[in-house]
Amino acid sequence: MGWPTPAIDAHNRAFWTGGRDGRLLIACCGCCGAWTHPPVPRCPSCASERVEPAPVSGRAQVYSYTINRQRWTPELEVPYVIAIVELAEQHGLRLLTNIVGCAVEQVSIGMAVEVDFAQRGEVFVPVFRRAAT
Amino acid sequence: MSERFEQRCIISGIGQSEVGRRLTRDVLALTLDACHEAIADAGLAREDVDGVISWPGAVSRAEGLAPPGPGSSGPGTGAVIDALRLRTNWHYGGPESPGMFAAVIHACMAVACGLCRHVLVYRALNEATAWRAATERVSVDPDGVRGTMSWMLPYGAFSGPNWIGLWAMRHMHEFGTTREQLAAVALNARRNAQRNPKAVMQGELRIDDYLSSKMISDPLCLFDCDLAVDGATAVIVSTSEHAPDVPHGKPVHVEAVGSALQGRASWDQWADMTETAATGAGRHLWSRTDCTPGDVDVAGLYDGFSVLTLFWLEGLGFCDKGEGGPFVEGGSRIALDGELPLATGGGQLSAGRLHAFGHLHEVCLQLRGQASGRQVADAKVGLVSAGAGPLASCLLLRTA
Repeated sequence: MGWPTPAIDAHNRAFWTGGRDGRLLIACCGCCGAWTHPPVPRCPSCASERVEPAPVSGRAQVYSYTINRQRWTPELEVPYVIAIVELAEQHGLRLLTNIVGCAVEQVSIGMAVEVDFAQRGEVFVPVFRRAAT
Repeated sequence: MSERFEQRCIISGIGQSEVGRRLTRDVLALTLDACHEAIADAGLAREDVDGVISWPGAVSRAEGLAPPGPGSSGPGTGAVIDALRLRTNWHYGGPESPGMFAAVIHACMAVACGLCRHVLVYRALNEATAWRAATERVSVDPDGVRGTMSWMLPYGAFSGPNWIGLWAMRHMHEFGTTREQLAAVALNARRNAQRNPKAVMQGELRIDDYLSSKMISDPLCLFDCDLAVDGATAVIVSTSEHAPDVPHGKPVHVEAVGSALQGRASWDQWADMTETAATGAGRHLWSRTDCTPGDVDVAGLYDGFSVLTLFWLEGLGFCDKGEGGPFVEGGSRIALDGELPLATGGGQLSAGRLHAFGHLHEVCLQLRGQASGRQVADAKVGLVSAGAGPLASCLLLRTA
């Protein structure tokens, strides 16, 4: 088993495929403007049904991370960094992701990162890299 | 304070199978061992048992808050009811609840509302055997991951050390918690395991062993992680009217339960990752009793990973937020003769992952004065807790 892919459905399609056009699409309420993740059919803040995927800047900060060193499946290449990043658009708007493109020891809490995409079939997995300074 | 539903309930009997990493008997056999022992211990016959509840039952946890892992579900309640030829007014197994002690709390509800008088509650695992046979620790639907896990597994966040590693790292970042402090939890568990013949890890564990061990998912190393075992634990939750008839003379009263979830039901969307659902569940528990943390004589705090003990210590108010590391540092405060003895049977870190039910069994032994070789003097009030991340449930127990 390699890296798992998500089953695509109406709610998550934008998130997992927006990378085809280089865009990170996050659910946003057309009524109150609140961003929410994961996407849901009604806004958790104002209950509006006008929740639609909208592009974000892709800029984020590392909220926390861990370096996985355990080969949970035989094919898994280790180590790699699993992180929770907070998107620039809204306090508390976070994604679980991978930090790629640097040595695992270089990742730190508070580090500025920006989105990139790792293609797996039709899925473009949003991952993050250290932001260009 | 007016009477709470759980205060109408006692744990009248306890039972536990053999526990090990290379057992020859299968998980149903182990489960029945534990159930027979608990029923007899409560002074009951099988025909007295009118309820059966388990967590998570036999079902897959794929759509819940944990991925399906081999051996992590025991036999379902149907299999146990049939094997014991029980006649029940209520039975239930399921994972969608505030952690493993939801099964005990659910049993208390069934008793307190009059649906049942004696509920058999069990948790069974055979992860040691199942993991030896499996080539992959995580099974994933080839058509793609669904549910909450679909936000984590595509990033290789396969297992507990990954998720809890994220929590631990943030706690270290904000409060300066150290690996040496986490080690104090692991070393305490091992010292206590050496006094428990059923604990799977008996050898000495030194700080150097801990610090030089393999890193699994930073900052968690091998000795921060609990151990897969085969084993089953059962308890009987009875109406407190049965208390005078308990043959061992030490009914364990349920003083309070904590089950509140005060955050998002999610591993990756928890707002403040320097605390877990333990904080909400802990606050809930103390709101249901006149007791305070200072009344607790012995505790079995969930230690699927060492750092979880810190989250529970803080969440339950045994220390301030962020002070869990200093609280356990050096280990004297949490030792058998300390002010708050923890994991007295070795916990999950050294006795084996019986998924919180090992702690429940051990604390009942302590409160009954039966923890041979490791008895905490004059233990009358005990606390047990279950769960990590968004899962948390806890029980305050007393014999006096």
